[in-house]
Amino acid sequence: MRRALRNPQLVAGGTVVLLILLVAVFHPFLAPYGVEQMDMANRLSGPSAKHWLGTDNFGRDLWTRLAHGAAISMSIAMASVLIAGTFGTVIGLISGYAGGWLDLTLSRLVDLFLAFPPLILALALIAVLGPGPVNVTIALAAAFWTQYARVVRAITLAERERDYVLAAEAVGASLPRILGRHILPNAAGPILVLATLGVGTAIVTESGLSFLGLGVQPPTPTWGWTLSYGLRFLRSDPWMSTLAGLTIMLTVLGFNLLGDGLRDHLDPRGVVRGIRKNPVS
Amino acid sequence: MLAYTARRIALLVPLLVGIAVLVFLLMHLIPGDPARVLLGDDATKEAVDRLRASLGLDRPLPVQLWLYFQRLAAFDLGRSIFQSQSVASLILARLPATLEIAFMALLISALLGIALGVAAAVKQGSPVDVFCMMFAQAGVSMPVFWLGILLMYVFAVELHWLPAIGRGEPLPSAIGAAFSGRPEVLLKSLSHLVMPALALGLSNAAVISRLVRAAMLEMLSSDFVRTARAKGMGEGVVVFRHALRNALLPVVTVIGWQCGVLLSGSVLTEGIFGWPGLGQLAVNAIAQRDIPLVQGVILTFAFVFALVNLTVDLLYSAIDPRVRLG
Repeated sequence: MRRALRNPQLVAGGTVVLLILLVAVFHPFLAPYGVEQMDMANRLSGPSAKHWLGTDNFGRDLWTRLAHGAAISMSIAMASVLIAGTFGTVIGLISGYAGGWLDLTLSRLVDLFLAFPPLILALALIAVLGPGPVNVTIALAAAFWTQYARVVRAITLAERERDYVLAAEAVGASLPRILGRHILPNAAGPILVLATLGVGTAIVTESGLSFLGLGVQPPTPTWGWTLSYGLRFLRSDPWMSTLAGLTIMLTVLGFNLLGDGLRDHLDPRGVVRGIRKNPVS
Repeated sequence: MLAYTARRIALLVPLLVGIAVLVFLLMHLIPGDPARVLLGDDATKEAVDRLRASLGLDRPLPVQLWLYFQRLAAFDLGRSIFQSQSVASLILARLPATLEIAFMALLISALLGIALGVAAAVKQGSPVDVFCMMFAQAGVSMPVFWLGILLMYVFAVELHWLPAIGRGEPLPSAIGAAFSGRPEVLLKSLSHLVMPALALGLSNAAVISRLVRAAMLEMLSSDFVRTARAKGMGEGVVVFRHALRNALLPVVTVIGWQCGVLLSGSVLTEGIFGWPGLGQLAVNAIAQRDIPLVQGVILTFAFVFALVNLTVDLLYSAIDPRVRLG
């Protein structure tokens, strides 16, 4: 723990992430106005004592709307990571442990999904399912589960030959027990690193979808939509877009720093580095 | 090398078939009656029936799949529902613009990323290193659409240095014009190209710079670099001829993946810069739920991505024989 506190990335990233999480959870108590509450006398005003971050074109308080947006972005990103992580981990465990034709089939399935750039795959699903928070979550999970499957499969392949697994098999431990209690803990560190970085990627992708008008639909105040709608007033009032853009960037930066910091601690062998090469967009 | 190349190309075929099947199945995930969903609740029953028949949706799924493959083999991607053109011609008209922007972005990200990575590694621990790695962390965290807007605001809206939207003459013909004594055509093309390419390329430059730095640090502390230094070679030769050449190997492997990121990114940036490419076509098609067009565009993205990855793999095996022999 003390070693962790000396890692500046971990501390900085952790602080940012904690703050955003607190805002996301407690936004109804932190926001001074209603999300749709208009103050027409102060439309598109910059930051002031009355409106800390200014207002949008309907005079709606930007701090209130960005705080509400934090809750939306965080819920979607975390839910999609949870789904992708769970599904990918299960596939990776089965694939790596079973070997043979099952491994071959599952690995080809992973390759097939990897043949699509993640955002393109998410867009394809949105095109079919339509926009909205649940569908965006599904689309993001479908775009990113392969990372977990690959990492967990690689770890399972290495661990399956180790003596402690052979011993567990010899005493007749059940398959779920071998996978869950013996092999999975070895993958926990890398999975946590991937998931942390994955939340950042999911947030940027979700914002991108909202920015394109293909994510969660208005009147829900997503960060991406606020950014894109604010472009209409960029010359007269750059606050709306700028603040939304900064919020997205800071949040993603926080998760990236936290993920990189965690990697130094939890994945010293660099399993994640080899497989996760890049953020999406 | 020939056998390896043949094997890799042979492996591409099942992948392409797999991609096509997955896209086909995806488009059949539409809940309810796709023809009704596409035309909306106001459409008459006759119109819905006609669309269903013209999309072949009234046949059993395996028959549809078979017909779909027959058409694909003839490069027939169907017709757009809302634009009275074939999907293939719509895509072909826009693909070059997207490839152009992706190529420029790749060039920018490789040059910038390598330069920053080498500088950071050679001056490890110095302010240069700290600056480069801060740039990298910021670049990785910066959404491309947000970067694009910032660039446009500064260089087009405020400074008026560059045109905000649109595309000049296509790059190949602009280069041709420059050679036939009209360099202003090329300059105009480049002035349109630079901002979208920079917006797309900068975050990839950040990724590459981190990779190059890590690889360079490893190489600079390796035995062959120590030997080269012991022989009395100049530091420049050691860094660029010995260390960098080896450090670039891992960079080549990520370039394929980067191209996927660039293709995705084109969807996000083309709208900002009014760039008439595949990304904008995709966004409009999805917003209108023009399913044949969406299907075609997604297929094109995945096919291009697969071809780029194949090329990169072959290139890599040409550079590093251990890959094909190992």
